[in-house]
Amino acid sequence: MRAYVPGYEMLAPKALDEALGLLAASPETLTPIAGGTDLMVLFECGRLPEGRYLSLWQLDELRGIDITDEFVTLGALTTYRDVRDHPLLQAEFPMLCAAAAESGAIAIQNRGTLGGNIINASPAADSPPALLAYDAEIELVKKGGARWVPYRGFHLDYKVMDKEPGELLRRVRLPRRKDEASWTHFYRKVGTRRYQAISKVCFAGLAQLDSKGAIKVVRIGLASVAPTVLAAVETETALIGQTPSAKLAAQARAAMAKDVTPIDDIRSTAEYRRHVSINLAGAFVDTLSG
Amino acid sequence: MIGTNVPRKEGIPKVTGAALYIDDMVFDELLHGATIRSTVPHGTLVDVHFEGDLPWDEFVVVRASDVPGDNVVTMIESDQPFLADGRIMHAGEAVVLIAHADKDLVARARKHVRLEITPLEPVLSIADSVAKKATLYAKDNAFKRFLVEKGSTKDAFKADGLTIVEGEYTTGAQEQLYIEPNGMVAIASEKEGVTIWGSLQCPYYVHKALVPLFGLGADNVRIVQATTGGGFGGKEEFPSIIAGHAALLSWKAGGKPVKLIYDRAEDMWVTTKRHPSITRHKTAIDAKGKLVAMEVDFRIDGGAYATLSSVVLSRGTIHACGPYACPNQRITAAAMATNHPPHGAFRGFGAPQSIFGLERHLDRCAAAVGLTPDEFRRRNLLKPGQTTATHQVIEEKIDLPAMLDLALKRSDWAKKREAFEVENAKEGARIKRGIGLASFFHGSGFTGSGEVYLASVVGVRARQGGTIEILASSTEIGQGTNTIFAQIASEALNIPYEWIQIANPDTANVPDSGPTVASRTCMVVGKLVERGCRQLVDALRKGGFLAGDGYDAKQFARACDAYIFRHGKLEATTTYTPPPGVEWDEKRYRGSAYAAYGWAVYVAEVSVDMLTWEARVEHFTAVQDIGKVIHPVLAAGQVEGGVTQGIGFALYEDVVWRDGSMINNQMTNYIIPTAADVPPIDVVFHEVPFAHGPSGAKGVGELPMDGPAPAILNAIEHATGLSITSLPAAPEVIMAAALKNAAEATHG
Ligand SMILES: Cc1cc2nc3c(=O)[nH]c(=O)nc-3n(C[C@H](O)[C@H](O)[C@H](O)COP(=O)(O)OP(=O)(O)OC[C@H]3O[C@@H](n4cnc5c(N)ncnc54)[C@H](O)[C@@H]3O)c2cc1C
Repeated sequence: MRAYVPGYEMLAPKALDEALGLLAASPETLTPIAGGTDLMVLFECGRLPEGRYLSLWQLDELRGIDITDEFVTLGALTTYRDVRDHPLLQAEFPMLCAAAAESGAIAIQNRGTLGGNIINASPAADSPPALLAYDAEIELVKKGGARWVPYRGFHLDYKVMDKEPGELLRRVRLPRRKDEASWTHFYRKVGTRRYQAISKVCFAGLAQLDSKGAIKVVRIGLASVAPTVLAAVETETALIGQTPSAKLAAQARAAMAKDVTPIDDIRSTAEYRRHVSINLAGAFVDTLSG
Repeated sequence: MIGTNVPRKEGIPKVTGAALYIDDMVFDELLHGATIRSTVPHGTLVDVHFEGDLPWDEFVVVRASDVPGDNVVTMIESDQPFLADGRIMHAGEAVVLIAHADKDLVARARKHVRLEITPLEPVLSIADSVAKKATLYAKDNAFKRFLVEKGSTKDAFKADGLTIVEGEYTTGAQEQLYIEPNGMVAIASEKEGVTIWGSLQCPYYVHKALVPLFGLGADNVRIVQATTGGGFGGKEEFPSIIAGHAALLSWKAGGKPVKLIYDRAEDMWVTTKRHPSITRHKTAIDAKGKLVAMEVDFRIDGGAYATLSSVVLSRGTIHACGPYACPNQRITAAAMATNHPPHGAFRGFGAPQSIFGLERHLDRCAAAVGLTPDEFRRRNLLKPGQTTATHQVIEEKIDLPAMLDLALKRSDWAKKREAFEVENAKEGARIKRGIGLASFFHGSGFTGSGEVYLASVVGVRARQGGTIEILASSTEIGQGTNTIFAQIASEALNIPYEWIQIANPDTANVPDSGPTVASRTCMVVGKLVERGCRQLVDALRKGGFLAGDGYDAKQFARACDAYIFRHGKLEATTTYTPPPGVEWDEKRYRGSAYAAYGWAVYVAEVSVDMLTWEARVEHFTAVQDIGKVIHPVLAAGQVEGGVTQGIGFALYEDVVWRDGSMINNQMTNYIIPTAADVPPIDVVFHEVPFAHGPSGAKGVGELPMDGPAPAILNAIEHATGLSITSLPAAPEVIMAAALKNAAEATHG
C-alpha cells in the first residue's frame, strides 16, 4: 500500500441532511465516497489525495429502487448486485442489467454503486451507455436545493460534469416505455476478457420501430470512444425515420465514424475502438432489420 | 500410493489460513523497508536528494557505499549490483534503501527521495541491441551465443525440387503473476550473521548470493522458506536481490528485523518476466512432405544484466527444432543486452518462445506443400532411434504418431475441421471457428551436464515410531512438492503416507538438492528421495532389524526404533548420479541435452468474433506423456494451469512498455484469463514410464506452457485465414491483419 494513512479523515453521517450540511461547510475539500471501488484503487497505489472524505454508505435516503407507472427510480447507492437481480429492470431495462452483470466480478458488484459509476466520470464506465440509451435523468442535491437534469449532457468534458461542488447525486430515474415488444435492445461490452475487464468499447443501442417498420425512436450510448461517455448523435440522426436495410447499416457505420473520437491508451488503440464502434453500429441496424 | 490422489500435505493449513506467508510473520521491533528506484532506463547517477518534511534522521538509509562485502548479485556472471552505483542500467533499478518502524511514514518517505540521473541513450529492443545503439555488454551486446548443427543445411538447400518456407515469429514479455507478491524479512548483524525468511523457490541461490554480499562464512548465512504463494520461475533468481536488500537494511540498523514486501505494482514493474523473442525460420521440404533442412535463428531480450539469460537461451535453442526428424538442422541463437529490467525464469524457460515460432511455422510449411497440419507432422515426428538437433538418439519408447492420433480422436479433429470450414465459408458468418494443433517436447531437469554439476543431495531421516523426515531444499510453491515426495517415500518404504514429513527448506537444516525449477523436482530430486528411502531399508536389512522379504508398517516402526536405540540415529543421504549414456559436449552443444523428455500433442478450438476480432478458446485437448503419473489430480492441475497460462500468453498478456518501464503494471490493465475465459480442458496422460525417474515419472510443469500458444494461433488461422505471427494475438493484432488482407483483396 502506497498511501499515508494518517493523511486521511473519514466522516460518516447517518442522515442525508447532516451529510449535505457537512458538504455545504466545505464543498471544495470534502469528497464523497460511496462503495469506494474507484477511490480505494487510487488509495492503494498512493494516488488518492490526502484529506477529508464523506462516507455515503449509511445514507438510507440514497438507497432503494422505486417503481411508479412512469418511472423506475434508483438511489445513488444502488449496487450492481441490486440492479442485476431486479425483475422489473430485467424485463424493461435489460441493458442496464447486462452492464451490471458484466461490471467487475461479484465482490465489486456487491459494493460498486450506480452513483459512483456516474460521478467517477470515467469515459470507460459501463452503465452510462445504457443510461444514455434509456434516457435517464439524475437528481442532484445540495443543502437547501435539489434539481433534476437529463443525463444526456451531464458530462461536459473529460471528468468535467454539470455538477456544483457540494452537490450529491441522489438518484437516477428511467422513463418506462409501453409496448415492450416493439423495442430492440442491443448491448455489447468489448473488454476482450469476459469479466474484470475495463471496456475497450461499450455499446448500448435502443430502438423502436413503428407499424410500417421505420425507426421511430433510437438512442445509442457508447463508452471508451471519446473523452466522456457519448451519445452517438450523428448515428441517431442518420437512423431516425429510416427503414432498416443493408444500405442503412452502411449509413450508420459512416455516421458512427463521425461520432467517435477515440484515443490510443494502455488498453487499446484508437483505430481498434473506431473500427469496433463502426462494426457495432452496423450490427445494431442489422439486428433491427431482423 | 503412487498414482493415487492423496490429500495435499499442506492443504489444511492453507485452506484454514493457518499457513504463514512472509507478510503474516510477526517480529519484535520490526522495521519496514522500501526501495528507491531509477525511473530512467539508462543513465549516470549524479546525486540523491532526501526531500520533504520528514524526520530523515530517524530513517535507516542504505546506499551502495554501505555494502559490507561485494556489491554484486552472484549468479552465473557477476555483473549486477545489489544497489546501483554510478551507472543506471534499467528503469526500476534499486539505488537507495530506506526503513522505519512506522509503515505509513515509509509510504510517504519513498515519494520524497529524488534521484538525480543524467540520462544516456537507452537500448530498448533486440534490433537496437544487435545494431549496437549503445554498448551495454561485452563488445557485441550478446550475453551468450549458441550454435547447434547437424548435417549441412547449406548443402541441403541446394537440392532441386524442394519447397522453401521462411518466416519470422515474435513473442512479448510475460509476467508470472504468482498470487503472493515477493517479500522477505531479514535479521542481519556482524555478530549474529544473516538470517532470511521469505517467499522463494531456491533457498541455496539466495544463500550463494548473500555470502559474498556480506563477506561472511557460509555457516553464518541462513535462508528459510516461508509459505510461498506461487512462483512460476518468478521467485527463482530475483528473491536473492530482495533478501540482500532486507539484510543490508537490517545490518545498518544493528540487527533489527527488516521486512521488505513488494506490492503488485512494484513487483510487476521491477521483477523478472519471460524473455521477449524473435525466431526466424528457413525450412526445406521435399516432394514427400519430409523435412530436409531447418535453419533457425533465435534471439531473446535478456534485459540489463546477464542473470539467467544464457540458460534460458540454451533451453530455447535446444527446443527450437522440436520433436521432428530432419537430417540437416542449424540453430543460431543469441541473448541480447537491453535496458529493460532483466528478464528471467518463467515456466518453460525459453522453450515456449522457440516452440511458438516452430509450431506456427510448421503449419505454414504444411500449407505450402498442400498437406494438412496433422498429416505434415505425422510424416516428420521423431521415432525411437532417430536423433534430435543436438544428435541425441531417442531411446525412450515413445510413439508420437499414436499420441497424435489420440489427440485427433479426442478432439474430433477431422469432423470439426470440415464442419468449421463449411460454416466459415457462408456469407456474413459473424463468428468464425477453427481448430489447430501443436506437437512438441520438453526436456526434464537441467540441460546437458547441468545435473552433474549440481550434484543434488537429499537426506532421509527416520524417527522413533517409524515416521520419516525428508530433507531437501526443493520448495513447495503450490505445485505439490511435499505431497509427491511423501508419496514417493511412502511407496519406497511401504509405510503410510501420513508417516512422511517434509522438512521445511532451511539451509541450516536441509542439504542442497538444487533449485526448484525445470521440472526437476519430481524426476531428479524425487528419484533421490526414492533412493534415500531404499538405502534406509537396506540399512535396516543389513543390520538384521528387518528380516525376510516383506514387512508391514508396524514391523518397519519396530525396526526403526531398534536401529535408533542401537546406533543413535537412522539416516540416509543420496547424491545425484546421471543415468548411463547421458553424455553432453558443452563446446559443440551436442549429445544428450536431457536425460528424458515429456512429449505432447495439444489441440485448440477457437472462435473469432469478426465484429470485434476477439478470439476465444472454446475447447482444448492436451495429450501428454510425462512418464508415470504420481498424483493424477495434481498432474492434471499442472496441465490445466499451464494451459491457462498458455492461453494468456497466446491471447491476452501484453506488457506495455514506455521508456523501458512496464506501464500496465496492475492487474486491471495486464490482462490474464479468468476462469470465465478458460474452456473445458481434456487432459489425457499417455503413460510411458521412464526407467530413471521415481516409479517411472518425468517432469510435467513446463510442458503445458509450450503448446497452447501455437495451437491457438494455428486455430485462428484456420478460422479466419489470417496468419498471426506475434504474441499475444490481441483483437487489435487480428484486426490489423484482417484490414490488411481486405485491403490487399481490393487492390489486387
Ligand atoms: C476490480 C474492479 C473492477 C471494476 N470493473 C468495472 C467495470 O467492469 N465497469 C465499470 O464501469 N466500472 C468498474 N469498476 C469501477 C467501479 O467499480 C465503478 O465505477 C463503481 O460503480 C464505482 O462506484 P463506487 O460506489 O464504488 O464509487 P466510489 O469509489 O465510492 O466513488 C467514485 C467517485 O464517485 C463519487 N461519488 C460516489 N457516489 C457519489 C454520490 N452519490 N454523489 C456524488 N459523488 C459521488 C466519489 O466522490 C468518487 O469521485 C471496477 C473497479 C474495480 C476495483
